[in-house]
Amino acid sequence: MAKHHVTTTINGESVEFLCDTRQTLLDVLRDELELTGSKEGCASGDCGACSVLVDGRLVCSCLVLGVEAEGKSIETIEGMAKGDKLHPLQQKFLEHAALQCGICTPGFLVAAKALLDSNPNPTETEVRYWLAGNLCRCTGYDKIIRAVLDAAAEMRGETHG
Amino acid sequence: MYEFAYHRPASLAEAKTKHGGDDDRRYLAGGMTLLPTLKHRLARPTDLVDLARIGELAGISVAGNTVSIGAMTKHAAVAASAEVAKAIPALAHLASLIGDRQVRNRGTIGGSVANNDPAADYPAALLGLGATVHTDKRSIAADDFFQGMFATALEPGELITKISFPVPQKAAYQKFPNPASRYAMVGVFVAVTGGGPRVAVTGAGANGVFRVTAMEEALKGGWSADRLKGIAVPADGLNSDIHASAEYRAHLIGVMARRAVAAAG
Repeated sequence: MAKHHVTTTINGESVEFLCDTRQTLLDVLRDELELTGSKEGCASGDCGACSVLVDGRLVCSCLVLGVEAEGKSIETIEGMAKGDKLHPLQQKFLEHAALQCGICTPGFLVAAKALLDSNPNPTETEVRYWLAGNLCRCTGYDKIIRAVLDAAAEMRGETHG
Repeated sequence: MYEFAYHRPASLAEAKTKHGGDDDRRYLAGGMTLLPTLKHRLARPTDLVDLARIGELAGISVAGNTVSIGAMTKHAAVAASAEVAKAIPALAHLASLIGDRQVRNRGTIGGSVANNDPAADYPAALLGLGATVHTDKRSIAADDFFQGMFATALEPGELITKISFPVPQKAAYQKFPNPASRYAMVGVFVAVTGGGPRVAVTGAGANGVFRVTAMEEALKGGWSADRLKGIAVPADGLNSDIHASAEYRAHLIGVMARRAVAAAG
């Protein structure tokens, strides 16, 4: 079957790719574009390891077809750090040891960034509710929640004890 | 996934042409159920007709006593809508409880209603409010639309365009979610509409969403959770699985219904 030609913007850069209709956006990112930061966990939209932003909205890239990305702006974990400078969320995940195996981490970071972009001062409940679509099977959630709240405080310019 | 062709129509008319009433062709809305189904090879469509770029299918409007929601409107849009929150706050609340953020950003009301998953939230709102499902061909009352697990009145190729909800005097939705999936183990939507009290239950019935007429009759005597005490819903015909037995679900219907009546105030 003929491949589809798709034009998108990924992390601010214009990107074109060819894909089979059966390839998900996650397949395209990982297998065609070598953007392997987004992970495949469950492949059915439960775990959130493949989270990316499509036109600013947090979605599971395993449940978006590559062809659906035509004309869309996509943000992935690869666009989060600026060169060698980590995003405050990434830095706080390190400081709080909010990861162990790391498979869920890119999804959590993308999801948390989407939250802080829309709500710079979330409550703990709001953070937990927002991150309900991201599963972690080893670190546990407390360190992740603390890292997000600490990063939010730092990004607001508050010192945090 | 098996191979399929992909179409991206720009209008309703073009979508109809691409589908052509062919049972082997499927419309793609948010894909939250369809894509996992394709991945598991439980469906083998020859063609997917993507509805995402059809502007006339999305959007929320309130006119008089009616809230209309386009079929391709995302759950997140309904949950965040100030218009919906003002006219039918219970509906915005229900939308905010669906799945997780990633699901609410992709899943659509039309897709949820057309799929009629027995544990989905929206069918309870449609039945509880006495909503109307508008398709490209006709208008169908919610009471006639839902016809059993994953079964609806839709004919092959028939496409939902919007759902219209009458604004109730009061309404509320309470659900006991499966803690992992957030699907309803039991969800109860209660409302007082022009036709009297309505009580609709999702998550529990083996044949999908249903009304509890005994509770509706009791509430005609006055809107009070106490009036529902002692009304037992039989466990016969309820789902039983690893999450909950039919008897437990029957018990939860009473609990969620009383909480919903109390929440509606």
